[in-house]
Amino acid sequence: MSYIKPTFIHPGLEKNAVGYLKREYEGAISTLCAGCGHDSISTAIVQACYEMNIEPHHLAKLSGIGCSSKTPTYFMSNSHGFNSVHGRMPSIATGANLANRDLIYLGISGDGDTASIGMGQFVHVIRRNLNMTYVVMNNGCYGLTKGQDSATADFGSISKAGGGTATPFQAIDLVGLGIELNATFVARSFSGDKTQLIPLLKAAMSHPGFAFIDVISPCVTFNNNRGSTKSYDYVRDHIAITGGLDFVPRQEEISIDYESGSDKTVELFDGSRINLRKLADDWDPTDRYSAINKLQDSKRSGQILTGLIYIDPESRDLHDILNTVDKPLNKLDEDDLWPGDGALESLNAGFR
Amino acid sequence: MKPTNIADPEYFHKVVDCQYACPAHTPVPEYIRLIAQKKYTEAYMINWESNVFPGILGRTCDRPCEPACRRGRVEEEPVAICRLKRVAADNKEEVKHLMPEIPLIKNGKRIALIGGGPASLTVARDLAPLGYEMDLYDEWHAGGGMMRTQIPAFRLPIEVLEEEVDYILDMGITTHFNHYVSSMKETLEKDYDAIFVGTGAPKGRNLNIPGREEGDANIHIGIEWLAGVAFEHITSIGKKVIVLGGGNTAMDCCRTSRRLGGTEVKVVVRSPFKTMKASPWEIEDAIEEDIPILNNMPPKEFVIEDGRLKGVIFTKVRAEYDENGRRSLIPTGEPDEFIEADDVIIAIGQDNAFPWIERDIGLEFGKWDLPVLDEVTFQSTLPHVFFGGDAAFGPENVITAVAHGHQAAISIDHFCQGKSVHERLDPMTNLVSQKMGIHEWMYDAPVVDDLRYKVPHEDKRITLADRHVEVELGFDQSLGFKEAQRCLNCDVQTVFNTSRCIECDACMDICPTSCITFTKNGDEDDLRTRLSAPAENKTQDLYVSDLLPTSRVMVKDEDVCLHCGLCAERCPTAAWDMQLFFYNVTKASSGCLTPVV
Repeated sequence: MSYIKPTFIHPGLEKNAVGYLKREYEGAISTLCAGCGHDSISTAIVQACYEMNIEPHHLAKLSGIGCSSKTPTYFMSNSHGFNSVHGRMPSIATGANLANRDLIYLGISGDGDTASIGMGQFVHVIRRNLNMTYVVMNNGCYGLTKGQDSATADFGSISKAGGGTATPFQAIDLVGLGIELNATFVARSFSGDKTQLIPLLKAAMSHPGFAFIDVISPCVTFNNNRGSTKSYDYVRDHIAITGGLDFVPRQEEISIDYESGSDKTVELFDGSRINLRKLADDWDPTDRYSAINKLQDSKRSGQILTGLIYIDPESRDLHDILNTVDKPLNKLDEDDLWPGDGALESLNAGFR
Repeated sequence: MKPTNIADPEYFHKVVDCQYACPAHTPVPEYIRLIAQKKYTEAYMINWESNVFPGILGRTCDRPCEPACRRGRVEEEPVAICRLKRVAADNKEEVKHLMPEIPLIKNGKRIALIGGGPASLTVARDLAPLGYEMDLYDEWHAGGGMMRTQIPAFRLPIEVLEEEVDYILDMGITTHFNHYVSSMKETLEKDYDAIFVGTGAPKGRNLNIPGREEGDANIHIGIEWLAGVAFEHITSIGKKVIVLGGGNTAMDCCRTSRRLGGTEVKVVVRSPFKTMKASPWEIEDAIEEDIPILNNMPPKEFVIEDGRLKGVIFTKVRAEYDENGRRSLIPTGEPDEFIEADDVIIAIGQDNAFPWIERDIGLEFGKWDLPVLDEVTFQSTLPHVFFGGDAAFGPENVITAVAHGHQAAISIDHFCQGKSVHERLDPMTNLVSQKMGIHEWMYDAPVVDDLRYKVPHEDKRITLADRHVEVELGFDQSLGFKEAQRCLNCDVQTVFNTSRCIECDACMDICPTSCITFTKNGDEDDLRTRLSAPAENKTQDLYVSDLLPTSRVMVKDEDVCLHCGLCAERCPTAAWDMQLFFYNVTKASSGCLTPVV
């Protein structure tokens, strides 16, 4: 088995605007099962970061425990990383983000790490609207412990570990939960559809606040069988797409000729834009009520709704809510933190 | 695009760039792997079966394989294929017992081989195991042809030459050395069942400028002079030597001059340095031996003083190219330059010459006074006379002569057995999975980063003192192993099975050189722009699958595929497999050899 990737790359590939080759966004060779959906998501992350000209040292990747949480080893080797305790990634992300608001935070979790052991942390990080991208690599099973059903396994779905019996429990729909808890960016995607996933990742990383992407990612070893609702074939047969999506970063705004026929443009806080194409008539992604309806409608008709499902363009992240200083807290020095007697006196004088 | 037809062996053959570029289509990666496994004898025999002269070619081949080598497209330099061949030859054990047995009872057919060079010897090697009786005629006292007369001993030791020539002559060939065939008519009268002409391009071009005749004593024709040295008729040369010409013969002449007493040897070429015909490594070796190469200087006049050569006057030019790329040399107007010389060697090319073939015997000649031949069968307009090597289509090289010899031998065999000469058998091909375990392959898949290793040279003081001392020492086993590991195993093919693919993208994601794309089909020009990396090298094919369930196709750009096997390792359904492709041109005597692999 090969653990070393050849160093040669295609001679026709170019460096991005910040001077990096795509290779420099990659990580070690994956040790996940061959064909794992998670590896496709890793590649989508690499591609998104390369295209967004993110300097690798300007990004922190955080994860919990599970197959999904192993993936940060397989992308962005030159970025910061923290592999936390099971289900506790949001706490670490919150601490890191409060200490240094300058980094881009990318949280990687799985259905077990989020919907079971980490559920408590997940709902609270949504409440706080922490500025991070939270990706759930959702395969509906516990792949690392031989494929038992997870809390996101759909009712009636059959997995290999269950020995052919259907899941008797209702699934937790993380997307519905996210919208219910007022998350400010909620999307669903499929590991086998990079043309959708890459722009979603870009939009999520540009969103000021908590951006949640639930990515259905088939487990080739334990949950890609007939009867599973999270197999490659089932997802491809039942996928419904909210609409095409293009992410237009701020710096390109002037030079890019927008494709006509964009039905809706959502402008983000930093000036970048999301162009949504061919939207369903009955759906407005900036309206939570409409998004919930659309989600329930597709569930009833047995479809898996993917794409950007809800976004709050007015999102205010945790730093904004707490009114912290612009300078990252970890860069405040003694002069900033202890301004001295003079400052105290003038403060006191203000109360007189 | 239409799905690629991988059932056609020519598709995968083209992927093995080195083998495809080789005129004899030697299975290069196969013997390089054997060298890495220290199976030198087996590596030698694969070569011997295909190119007949592994030891000779491992030192002197023009190596068309190396510019074609895929490695040259992903890093700086190709694999040192040629010098690895020599490693096999240098380290092999006794091989004679592996060569085909020669039947004691002959098949009753007699063949004349005219000329004792690589083409004739190849025909002899291919036909002797089939029971043909052969008479080989050569004007020199020994076989080998131009390999003996034109390639200096410091590049090709005489023992190496004789060993490989003798393997063939020992197959019961009747030799007629020191026998210049002066009449085709007479040869025809000897009632041979077939005649093969492999007389090369024996006439060195002359340069008729003023002073040529008067200075004749010290003006030499390159290939004749080299032959004179080889047979020790010539043992010295003046101190100051000018070699005219920029091909490999010129390089051999200047380097030989350095060994016969020339202390100030210069090569002068009429055109720019970068358009010189000599192989880059030959030029490098000449420069290494303190031989300056002056360019853009056509010779104008030999200067004679008191009846003796004093030197040469050159004009100065620059090259200009018209819109068709045709070159003309324009005088720069600078004053002419006189260069002193005791001897001048003219090495500006060689031509075919058939003064011994009468023109009234039904053997037609065409353009440039070359025989009219069928390009596949090498048959002339006299049905039982065949040509090959430089004698067929003009000067080429040893490996091309070998390739001709193989094909002519098939024609002669068919002709003598009353079969159509146009009937040719398909190559022997095979495609075998290399899968050993879930993630293990039978070949050494990891790609090493090592840059090309240099072949060690003998000390210059020693080599310049004796023209018999070989300059290149060759790779030893350890260097040979390291260089062999640079080979990308292009013959281990990436084979895609559409019906097994679940479109998980794993292969596309892992491919280190971004060769694989899943996308909507289109015409070739369009597809080439829509792949994971631009596919701009149109000489390399796109491998296109059948339509997949998502209405996409798999497109693989063969250009810079490293054959590392990662696509197949990361494939959950074995839709990708690494399969060893073997391709061997069928020879007349193929049935007499036990295949090595």
